[in-house]
Amino acid sequence: MEVGLNHFLILSTVLFGIGLYALVSRKNAILVLMGIELILNSCNINLIAFTRYGGLGVDGQVVTIFVIILAVAEAAIALGIILNLYNNFSTVNIDEVDSMKE
Amino acid sequence: MTLYSLIFYFFAVMTIVSAVYVVTTKNIIHSAVSLFITLFGIAAIYVLLYADFIAITQIMVYIGGILVLLIFGIMLTNRITDVDLKTKNLNSIPAAIFVTVLTALLIFILLTTNWKIAPFPSQDNITINNIGKLLLTDYLLPFEVASIVLLIALMGAAMYSRKEKTN
Repeated sequence: MEVGLNHFLILSTVLFGIGLYALVSRKNAILVLMGIELILNSCNINLIAFTRYGGLGVDGQVVTIFVIILAVAEAAIALGIILNLYNNFSTVNIDEVDSMKE
Repeated sequence: MTLYSLIFYFFAVMTIVSAVYVVTTKNIIHSAVSLFITLFGIAAIYVLLYADFIAITQIMVYIGGILVLLIFGIMLTNRITDVDLKTKNLNSIPAAIFVTVLTALLIFILLTTNWKIAPFPSQDNITINNIGKLLLTDYLLPFEVASIVLLIALMGAAMYSRKEKTN
């Protein structure tokens, strides 16, 4: 079967599902962050697939660059938060961090 | 089956298998290394979609930057003296059922939608040229805002994660 738009969309949907699974079931905060990266990547595949098959010019690729930039900023901030969490609670398991004040 | 399809299926299977391993393995370091393979597979998918510049950006930013940052975080937040960098999943089975149903629903929706397919404008090395022009014309304001966002994120992360001075 010839590879077309649907193949890329299915690939990105499956990646989205896997990332969502990491978001709802992982315990370690850094692994939850990896799930967010997977979801952002699936969104990028969608944008680029529609750039290729939608006949809309390369605007989708420019938007993809902005998504990557925001992913970098988000990863840096999230790791700062996780390091702070570790300093305060000595754990990064998000089910054990359940008090707002020590 | 053409060579294009073969390459696509190879990288798609590689991406999905390693992504499943990322979210199911108990060892955090294995998870990070597997994420490396996933991101490489996605870069290959970008090349198949004529997005060469984005593929290079993906490799440089995600693999060279974000992944190193994540591994750095793993090393800093687990006691290295305990050899096992292990973690568990919570509510795996309800989560798996929920995600499977949601994914199946989304795939059903996108297969029944009648997408408008148009050919790619022209296929000779135009993407980088056009991306550069668009970044400095139509997308100039988002481009500048992105630079400020990056600066603020850098300063905020540095300020937030340093130790408080006690006096």
